[in-house]
Amino acid sequence: MSILVDKHTKVITQGITGATGLFHAQGARDYGTCMVGGVTPGKGGTSVDGFPVFDTVAEAVQKTGAMASVIYVPPPYAADAILEAVDAGLDLVCCITEGVPVLDMVKVKQYMQGKKTRLIGPNCPGIITPGECKIGIMPGYIHKPGQVGVVSRSGTLTYEAVWQLSSLGIGQSTCVGIGGDPVNGTNHIDVLRMFEEDPDTEAVIMIGEIGGSAEEEAACFARDHMTKPVAAFIAGRTAPSDKRMGHAGAIISGGRGTAAEKVAVLEECGIAVAASPAEMAEALLRIYKP
Amino acid sequence: MNIHEYQAKGILRKFGVPVPDGHVCYNGASAREWAKRLGDGPWVVKAQIHAGGRGKGGGVKLARTPDEVRNTTRDMLGMILRTHQTGPDGKVVTRVLVENGCKIARELYASLLVDRTTSRVTVMASTEGGMDIEEVAATTPEKIYREVIDPLVGLTAFQCRKLAFSLGLTGKLTNKAVNLLQGLYSTFIACDCSLLEINPLVVTTENELLALDAKFGFDDNAAFRHPNIADLRDYDEEDPNEVEASQHDLSYISLTGNIGCLVNGAGLAMATMDIIKHYGGDPANFLDVGGGATIERVTEAFKIILSDNNVKGILVNIFGGIMKCDIIATGVIEAAKQVGIKVPLVVRLEGTNVDRGKQMLAESGLNIVAADGMADAAQKIVRAVAA
Repeated sequence: MSILVDKHTKVITQGITGATGLFHAQGARDYGTCMVGGVTPGKGGTSVDGFPVFDTVAEAVQKTGAMASVIYVPPPYAADAILEAVDAGLDLVCCITEGVPVLDMVKVKQYMQGKKTRLIGPNCPGIITPGECKIGIMPGYIHKPGQVGVVSRSGTLTYEAVWQLSSLGIGQSTCVGIGGDPVNGTNHIDVLRMFEEDPDTEAVIMIGEIGGSAEEEAACFARDHMTKPVAAFIAGRTAPSDKRMGHAGAIISGGRGTAAEKVAVLEECGIAVAASPAEMAEALLRIYKP
Repeated sequence: MNIHEYQAKGILRKFGVPVPDGHVCYNGASAREWAKRLGDGPWVVKAQIHAGGRGKGGGVKLARTPDEVRNTTRDMLGMILRTHQTGPDGKVVTRVLVENGCKIARELYASLLVDRTTSRVTVMASTEGGMDIEEVAATTPEKIYREVIDPLVGLTAFQCRKLAFSLGLTGKLTNKAVNLLQGLYSTFIACDCSLLEINPLVVTTENELLALDAKFGFDDNAAFRHPNIADLRDYDEEDPNEVEASQHDLSYISLTGNIGCLVNGAGLAMATMDIIKHYGGDPANFLDVGGGATIERVTEAFKIILSDNNVKGILVNIFGGIMKCDIIATGVIEAAKQVGIKVPLVVRLEGTNVDRGKQMLAESGLNIVAADGMADAAQKIVRAVAA
């Protein structure tokens, strides 16, 4: 019915005693996510709003059977939090934190080689399988269970796509925010591959941004390895070059990574590209009948 | 954040990267004195502004005597330098770098950056120094050599030698290239760079390697680790609205159009600019108020948008997720009252408590046009501005 997370996924929150961590842990629990506790070094043995708190991720895993964690730790400590989660052998780590230094992530990626953990983010809204499991900061109620997968580098633009789908009565299998940073754990292709293999996902909306060439590579992957229809939107058609558009990754340098270039490659690969951000669901409906 | 060339060379010097001896000067007399102290000439006087292409604009001049250094410095200070990177208004020169000239045998290129595809720091080197590297990549990609760096062992000597041999460096220059490239890598890591570019990297007629120009890009996310680098920031070189915005944790970039935008989320903010253009309008800015926008931040955002005299209308596009629409509506109303918005204002709200938010805006007595969806909002603001 989904990828990465479902109603059986047991989740812990790293940084649960912070205001943000606790707020979103409560929100996830209210949504129905199997939230089993949290970690704050030095506050082990206590509890907060019914969540048991542990000193280390390893202890939390041992005591709760958690398979996934979500990280709300401030930027200077976020990379270490990811490393600890990987070391504890979790299947999935979702780092929401915005502002993690890029060179910290270069080390994290190196450390993760050969490990089984999948990292989503950093600087992302999280991941949701509607009706089953919400890990992150997205508003749960706009989602609707269904068969369309959504993958995106941008948070609020993902909500926009989900909203358009739900308003048309089209539900989502899983929505994954991979984050806007240049070095992140999971890219578009990783998620497209999972959606292709998921029997309950029928079609995909991919939302990209200017900068880099990840969307072009994803489009080639879709052309060569996917049977399911893919629609897309690329944000930043009007962005000037050499200006960073909020996300560290969203920058056109030396004429590379422009939206026009990306759109051309996507269309050549058979992807239905939305002309405007208000038409993401419509673009999908051009090539997919729910 | 950008820094000046003399600051960049100061950092490189600390990490053992060879650069020409030189000093920053703010007037002609001190330029003359520094020239005498630095050497026997000739010297180069270089205007210090945050833009490339200075040579073509008259911002780099050779001087053969200390008096010539003084006169050139006097001419340059206060002049408005226009290059392809400054825009038509140009930039005022307030300081120059006086440095020893050198006899150039060859011009090469070297840079380091974080490569997104490999998630690693990568060195690029090329025989085509002095040229725009993007152009080299487009026309003669075979002249660019790359080494991907394993973060565990860093940039190794053998990788540097491979690059040096590819560049046609031989004999003692090989080891000098190893030292220089490893010095660049140490700088890159120690300063949390996102880009470090040496163009040109020159071989002198005395068989020395020198970094003749240097461009740094710093990772803003790592700024908390580097207060010394933050001190190098020259606010005069930046857009005053962008400086003001950054002090309120707003992500703002000024553009040339006439429709101001206030949006939450970077992706949605870019998409909002796109849809304005899609319906024939022209955005005046990119502005992301962030997820936790407060009334104060929304008010500051309005102030910054309105300080741009080109703005003839404002589009607010908020997808309230965690942020509730009624709170955003309160912020908009408060800001409108405080700031006194006299241009058309179109507000599109969606998400949590949207009905309550819309009702508050309708009852506020303010001249606010409500919109349903992004397309409707963009069409309404484009029409209002055209009217």
